[in-house]
Amino acid sequence: MNKMKELWKRVTGFSLLFPLVCLVIVLVVNLIKTPDFFKISMNNGVLYGYVIDILNRSSELIILAVGMTLVVAASGGTDISVGAVSAVAGAVCIYSLIGGASSSVYRIPYVLAIVLGILAGTACGAFNGFLVAKLHIQPMVATLILFTAGRGMAQVLTQGFILYVRKESFKFLGNFLPGVPIPTPIFIATIVVVLTFLILKKTSLGLYIQSVGVNRKASRLVGLNSSLIIFLAYVFSGFCAGIAGMIITSRVYSIDANNAGLNIELDAILAVAIGGNSLGGGKFSLAGSVIGAITIQALTTSLYAMKVTADQLPVYKAVVVIIIVALQSPIVKRWMKNIKQKLASSRNGKKVEA
Amino acid sequence: MKRMKQLLVVLMILALGMAFWGCGNKDKDDQTSGKDVSSSEDGDLIVVGFSQVGAESDWRTANTKSFQSTFVEDAGYKLLFDDAQQKQENQIKAVRNFIQQDVDYIVIAPVVETGWETVLGEAKEAGIPVIIVDRMIDVSDDSLFTCWVGSNFKQEGYDAADWLAEYLDKEGRSDETINIVTLQGTIGSSAQIGRTEGVEERLNDHPNWVMLDRQTGEFTQSKGQEVMESFLKSYDGIDVVIAENDNMAFGAIDAIKAAGKVPGKDIIIISFDAVKAAFESMIAGDMNVSVECNPLHGPRVSEIIQKLEKGEKVDKLQYVEEGVYPAETAAELIDSRQY
Repeated sequence: MNKMKELWKRVTGFSLLFPLVCLVIVLVVNLIKTPDFFKISMNNGVLYGYVIDILNRSSELIILAVGMTLVVAASGGTDISVGAVSAVAGAVCIYSLIGGASSSVYRIPYVLAIVLGILAGTACGAFNGFLVAKLHIQPMVATLILFTAGRGMAQVLTQGFILYVRKESFKFLGNFLPGVPIPTPIFIATIVVVLTFLILKKTSLGLYIQSVGVNRKASRLVGLNSSLIIFLAYVFSGFCAGIAGMIITSRVYSIDANNAGLNIELDAILAVAIGGNSLGGGKFSLAGSVIGAITIQALTTSLYAMKVTADQLPVYKAVVVIIIVALQSPIVKRWMKNIKQKLASSRNGKKVEA
Repeated sequence: MKRMKQLLVVLMILALGMAFWGCGNKDKDDQTSGKDVSSSEDGDLIVVGFSQVGAESDWRTANTKSFQSTFVEDAGYKLLFDDAQQKQENQIKAVRNFIQQDVDYIVIAPVVETGWETVLGEAKEAGIPVIIVDRMIDVSDDSLFTCWVGSNFKQEGYDAADWLAEYLDKEGRSDETINIVTLQGTIGSSAQIGRTEGVEERLNDHPNWVMLDRQTGEFTQSKGQEVMESFLKSYDGIDVVIAENDNMAFGAIDAIKAAGKVPGKDIIIISFDAVKAAFESMIAGDMNVSVECNPLHGPRVSEIIQKLEKGEKVDKLQYVEEGVYPAETAAELIDSRQY
């Protein structure tokens, strides 16, 4: 009995419980509504199924959410420029690769173009970091600059056109590598998550970020360079946006400066929130954000699979998101704890009577 | 470390400077073009003020170019061009500027349908005729604008369905059950509403056509691809995909290929807009047909202005001519496409 209780306590105390429960609920509803939701088959030499779609499509979001988690944790603010920055990175990559018109000829090696694209994203992140960490501008205001100007910069490179890269090798990053049955974006997302996790665990960076997020001044007094850590968080977010930009452009083998990564910053912030992370900074969980990102994509894909019509789609999404976020709010959590305690005490009371 | 930091700061400032230099330059251009007009003695040139939505798509860019190449001084025009960058307040400001500069005609490609009463009232008081292009406006008083020029989206829907009927007839499949899925545009946009309605009405004439599902792809290639992936898993026997713009059709084509089917053969692809890339796709054999959404409004507006100059009456609603381009015609037409 005691052991059961302890186990129960441990399970409910597990910080990832709520995000996981939300994801499981979304998936179970799917299973009931569309029985072959979890069917995975080999089709045309690659894995084929809704689950693969969810993982594949959520890759960019996972990568952005990882960067966003660190930004939120370190600065208690959000980086709303990531969507625009990924468009900039995509534009830089494709422009340096083929120039200002659709083409099938590379001007520079493919790998170099990707490095340039990611560097562009990182530079944007550094700009944000400078504004937030050095000039102490509110994160939302600071990143608002690139949020609005970023797409303009991308437009300048593309001159308002959608530039297409008509070469098979450009599609590898966003689709499949020849002979590999798993979509490439899943690999990239996994690598980003694992590397970030290892770096945060193996060095003290994770702890530093948390400490700066909880109290910037106190951390500085203990000898942490708070500004540098916040700066690095934004640089990393820009870096992630750069990688996401590479996947987004490779998926459609083109750069559409207006639509690449449009509104994805909001999904990234939502992923962080659904993952049970406080948007006020401090303690954070990378795994939570990853689960959050997958939940968002799972929701979208399942709504397609359930044949919800386009005009009702946003309503369903909103309702589910409200429920998920409300469930995790401190008030509801405290309320549930109270109920639990009451139940326990009434049970105990009965025992005494008996 | 300190050196590094300094270097970084200098780099940042440089980057910032570059960004502002870029903006500043553009501003200067705008100003000079404005000044040009107010100070010039243009005599018998017809001054046309044109407030454009922005430069959000290839279609829009072609639309802008059409105006810029039609309203040239050689043709007796002076064009004042204003890019509203997708904001209505910029457009209202631009129209007020045009009124102050006392232009002869105002042309507006509105960002949104509502909120035009006040500023168009001012134009009417100043006695300047207003021509609306592309999207419609929603005003209680019809006399606030002279006429509207644009696409008949519903007709485009009819055209697409009629092409399909004819094509199936040729293939000898006119009695088979035909399963159709639609990738809709951004819900609520006039192109989405018109095209969906047009196709929907024609469905009634063909009881053997089944609309399996409709879902929005928000006019983008990546969303079109994502939704098509889902359609392919939900339904086995899709015969036709109707994509409400070319970009979504490109995404759908990729999704179909990834699922191991052949677009254009196993699944018929019908698309709208007919941008140049669509012609490339048709030549490659992926797309079957694209129904044009003609952005070349300039000549039509010029025609209207010439009529008004002579004091003639013009029709309130004017549709531009739009073609249907099946894959067979793509190869010979691609070089003549301007957008």
